[in-house]
Amino acid sequence: MSGSSSMASEAGPLAAASDPIAFTSATGDSAQTRTVEVDSHHINFGPQHPAAHGVLRLILEMKGEVVERADPHIGLLHRGTEKLMEYKTYLQAMPYMDRLDYVSPMCMEHSFVLAVEKLLGIEKDIPERARWIRTMFAELTRIANHLLNVTTYALDVGAITPSLWGFEQREYLLEFYEAVGGSHYHVNYFRAGGVSRDLPAGLEDKIAKWAAQFPAFLDELEGLLTENRIFKQRTVDIGVMTAEQAMAWGFSGPCLRASGCAWDLRKQQPYEMYDRVEFDVPVGVHGDCYDRYLVRMQEMRQSLRIVEQCLNAIKPGPVKIQDHKIVPPKRVEMKRSMESLIHHFKLYTEGYHVPAGTTYTVTEAPKGEFGVYMVADGTNRPYRVKIRAPGFAHLQAMEALSKGHMLADAVSIIGSLDIVFGEIDR
Amino acid sequence: MTLADLGADIAAAAGPAVQEAVLDRGQELVLRVTREGWLPVMKLLRDDPRLAFEQLMDLCGVDYPERAERFEVVANLLSLTHNRRIRVVVPTDEQTPVPSLSGLWPTATWYEREAWDMYGILFEGLSDMRRLLTDYGFEGHPLRKDFPLTGHVEVRYDESRKQVVYEPVALTQDFRNFDFLSPWEGMTTLPGDEKVHLTRAERGQIEGPR
Repeated sequence: MSGSSSMASEAGPLAAASDPIAFTSATGDSAQTRTVEVDSHHINFGPQHPAAHGVLRLILEMKGEVVERADPHIGLLHRGTEKLMEYKTYLQAMPYMDRLDYVSPMCMEHSFVLAVEKLLGIEKDIPERARWIRTMFAELTRIANHLLNVTTYALDVGAITPSLWGFEQREYLLEFYEAVGGSHYHVNYFRAGGVSRDLPAGLEDKIAKWAAQFPAFLDELEGLLTENRIFKQRTVDIGVMTAEQAMAWGFSGPCLRASGCAWDLRKQQPYEMYDRVEFDVPVGVHGDCYDRYLVRMQEMRQSLRIVEQCLNAIKPGPVKIQDHKIVPPKRVEMKRSMESLIHHFKLYTEGYHVPAGTTYTVTEAPKGEFGVYMVADGTNRPYRVKIRAPGFAHLQAMEALSKGHMLADAVSIIGSLDIVFGEIDR
Repeated sequence: MTLADLGADIAAAAGPAVQEAVLDRGQELVLRVTREGWLPVMKLLRDDPRLAFEQLMDLCGVDYPERAERFEVVANLLSLTHNRRIRVVVPTDEQTPVPSLSGLWPTATWYEREAWDMYGILFEGLSDMRRLLTDYGFEGHPLRKDFPLTGHVEVRYDESRKQVVYEPVALTQDFRNFDFLSPWEGMTTLPGDEKVHLTRAERGQIEGPR
């Protein structure tokens, strides 16, 4: 932090002698003085820093140990997702979505499939079972995301135990991912028209069993953090955002709710099955780092409620629409039916054509409003996909949030904003 | 109030600045405005209590190279008070700047920097015109339709010079872009087949475009 300044002022005679300028000035003109600026300096935070939650390069203009200005340099994880998607069919573009916010992949897929379904005009035809499954996995993903955020956030401010405990629970959730999609992270499970395959036998029981033990874990986690003196000292009244500021900075999700806005897209603009489940929207009061933590903790409990309701509501049935111009036919049909074979071939080479139109489709992702602005031109590829990542707006407010705070508080603020560079840099 | 009424009201209140107010697929309200009207309309949308679009959720560029004014700047606004969304679109070209929204919403700064970075769209009054997502010293605007997917340069670590070096892209295999727009798909009525098609269409046997 102030390493350079303290070295300059406290440097002993040995250090002065080894410094050629100091040496010559000491032997030569004794009136010549050296001015050492100790107050104002820059710190290059990152791009590789464990508390930066990814590849964030933060240029901090410091006055002593107080942050004067924070200038985040992003784009170090820019992979050109939007450009790549313009060259892929809608089906091929799906896996890119997982790689945006890699901490909550299924919620990223969710916005994309809803956007494509809207443009195809099939949003009313999706079978109930598929919609319940998608709702349930979106909520499991929210829990997985908040688990990672809350625990690594605690790690940033000095508590190591929560992350060790949290990763165990997160592993259970990732096993559910693996059970449905065959992959731990980048599951590529949702599809325009439903989900790629049905739940394997016994998975619902496993999820129910996990859900039964999870509240006890949440209690333990809260016991570690919520009234923890050190944790509160590091987070209470740090990075305060009023509701007006939060709106102006484009906040959404838990960060907006922590500032006192009772705004949740699942309630206000329900999509999928959210109008048929009961849950509460936790809202903060102060808009500081501590409230953002509290909101996330409560959201996990609410998500758990939704998961339990989904488990009760899931009934047997199809998980995809029946239109084989959009979803592939069953394997067994392909063995007998020429038409199915043609459908399969066309779908995996050419893909489906989406009628011309535009949509801005949003979902309440764990980090906030995750939007997909999609322009379709009637071909089998999107003309333009703009991904609206919640973290992008949150990180931009870093400057306003950290001004006047200590350097160590900047770390708390980054942790409380839930930054993941996959979605910010795209 | 329906979205169509809302669009008509805004068009009446904003005057000639709003060129048209349309409903996209009957669900999403889209305003097309002139460049001169961009700032006043946005201010009206934000500050009028009947509209109260407090949040700028997204702003991006879209490239249509065949148009005279090739770019569109698209802003998606959200009203928390009335629980509504609106999309405002303004056209521009490579030379003409669009007034910056960063004075109305501080969050616009990064979105406009991104649009400048990706498309080269100029914003008048944007205090911070640095690139955002691309590399330091990057040249070109990668999301333009005429920018190749592979880019122009590639980087590698050079062992002899002990540094990362930039080189022109060398592709071991040509970039393949499959054209799936077969002429047979687009041609719904083959020459000489008109009569058959007509009778089938009457019986509802042809799947029209969805």
